[in-house]
Amino acid sequence: MRYLKYILIIFLLNQSNVNALIEVDITRGNLNPLPIAVSSLSIEKTSNEELQKILKKKNIGAEISKVVENNLLTSGLFNPLNKDAFLQKPDIAHLKPRFEDWSLIKAQALITGKVIYENEKLRVEFRLWDVLAGKEMMALAFTTVPTNWRRVGHIITDKVYERLTGEKGYFDTRIIYVSEKGPKTKRIKKLAIMDQDGFNIKYLTLGNELVLTPRFNPTNQMVTYLSYFRNLPRVYLLDIETGIQEVVGDFPGMTFAPRFSPNGKKIIMSFAMDGNSDIYTMDLENRVVERITNHPSIDTSPSYSPDGKYICFNSDRSGYQQIYVMKSDGTKVKRISFGKGLYGTPVWSPRGDLIAFTKLHKGKFYIGVMRTDGSGERLLTENFYQEAPSWSPNGRVLIFYRETKSDSEGKGFSAKLWSIDLTGYNERLVDTETDASDPSWSSLLSN
Amino acid sequence: MILTKIFKNAFLIMLASLILSACATKKVTNQMQGDVYTGKDTVEYLASGVADRVFFATNESVLTTASRETLRKQAAWLRKNSKINIVLEGHADERGTREYNLALGERRANSAKDYLMTYGISANRISVISYGKERPVDSGSNPLAWSKNRRSVTVKAN
Repeated sequence: MRYLKYILIIFLLNQSNVNALIEVDITRGNLNPLPIAVSSLSIEKTSNEELQKILKKKNIGAEISKVVENNLLTSGLFNPLNKDAFLQKPDIAHLKPRFEDWSLIKAQALITGKVIYENEKLRVEFRLWDVLAGKEMMALAFTTVPTNWRRVGHIITDKVYERLTGEKGYFDTRIIYVSEKGPKTKRIKKLAIMDQDGFNIKYLTLGNELVLTPRFNPTNQMVTYLSYFRNLPRVYLLDIETGIQEVVGDFPGMTFAPRFSPNGKKIIMSFAMDGNSDIYTMDLENRVVERITNHPSIDTSPSYSPDGKYICFNSDRSGYQQIYVMKSDGTKVKRISFGKGLYGTPVWSPRGDLIAFTKLHKGKFYIGVMRTDGSGERLLTENFYQEAPSWSPNGRVLIFYRETKSDSEGKGFSAKLWSIDLTGYNERLVDTETDASDPSWSSLLSN
Repeated sequence: MILTKIFKNAFLIMLASLILSACATKKVTNQMQGDVYTGKDTVEYLASGVADRVFFATNESVLTTASRETLRKQAAWLRKNSKINIVLEGHADERGTREYNLALGERRANSAKDYLMTYGISANRISVISYGKERPVDSGSNPLAWSKNRRSVTVKAN
């Protein structure tokens, strides 16, 4: 949206090329999160007074450090230490930490920083320190408009995460989802978008028509979703920068279950006609429609592999809903799910090695992952109802929605977003101000 | 006298509650056959004796004997009222993934459509829409509520 128009300028400070001594292993469930001290970013009096007027925050340096701390905490890999125990003042720590003080409170890594307001821009510097080795690991500065301050916190987290884990972060990202209100029989649904940490919620539709299953284009700020506009369920394309939307293709029936191809140039979806749903693609440049499956069963929930060469989808051609993989031209269809129960909503990991899915077995719903040949099935979470996982751009976290059971009057019902690590640890509620479903994770906004 | 009256009342209350509870259990068993809803709670009528909806088993779009009878009555009514067009609204219960349920609702509405067509109702009088699991009639999370929600409803379009 608006804040994306402002380009973030990133400077490298005098970065020292010291090899990291501390490392965070993200491949296992992390039961010993790394103790990290996030010092409040220091801010000079005049800068602070100016920024107070613009942002209505008492101390923006402290606020940015809170964004970083919260991101690190929710990742499950870090244990941000209580600021009350910090001995050194933020401005002095940023120049030269007294490592003995920081190791005394058991911090292994330290983040310090400084905020300056100059030429109507916010300039933020930060440093990452290895406390045990007594060395600086990274130093960066950003310049941006003051209202972008939360993004600065997310970018700092991404840089720290990448430096300490060796993998790209997922903090400077957004989630598009469906906001829900009202009784189950007359649910009102709106498209909504928010930062990955639940802040800056914006509603993109008014709730006049039913909307479902929004998904981000992995390369830009376009979204595809299903809308019941004029009571004709069709796949739409929406530019969230301009608000302009258009119907995708000219189909004489319901189109649904849309997703973008990895290069963002095609939409893959289902088209239902005469009781049969098959998978189609539409090229967004030349509008050419291609039929990919042609089978009397229900074929839906398609998702491309990150190299675009394969498509996974679910079909009931065996009699029950199961997961299949085929080449992107529709040939070489192969069933990959053979466990007990029904399998649906397959989504290919951005890393290419796994497919996440929803499974229904004996009245319980599971979110799980399997390798792309169907081997190595691992169930991450079990509940009364949950479905529709979406991957974080680094392929380490899944977000999905969960519904609670209602009594015979419909009371007790709720729909909420949850996230869980690929390891099966660190399950968390992603707080939204309304009920929520159908989450889709964006790519990293900056790199 | 008073004592016998109390006894008599107590007896009547017990009898009443026995009958009621018998009714209650009878009602549940009588409202589903397998897991297909056979009750009348949510049913509305297009005309006298012409029910507006048919119900399905879990994951199924096959019409039951009762459903076919309902649809034959609808077809007879539509033949008599040749200016009326209809929308068939297909629905699923909440125990399935959203996208699959959209397809399932479409398949259910179409199996009703196909049947009406075999009884002489022209395809251009019928349109079909699927709501998947988005518009339940019963908001409970129990087998009976789910059976009421697995349905195809015939609605007048004009």
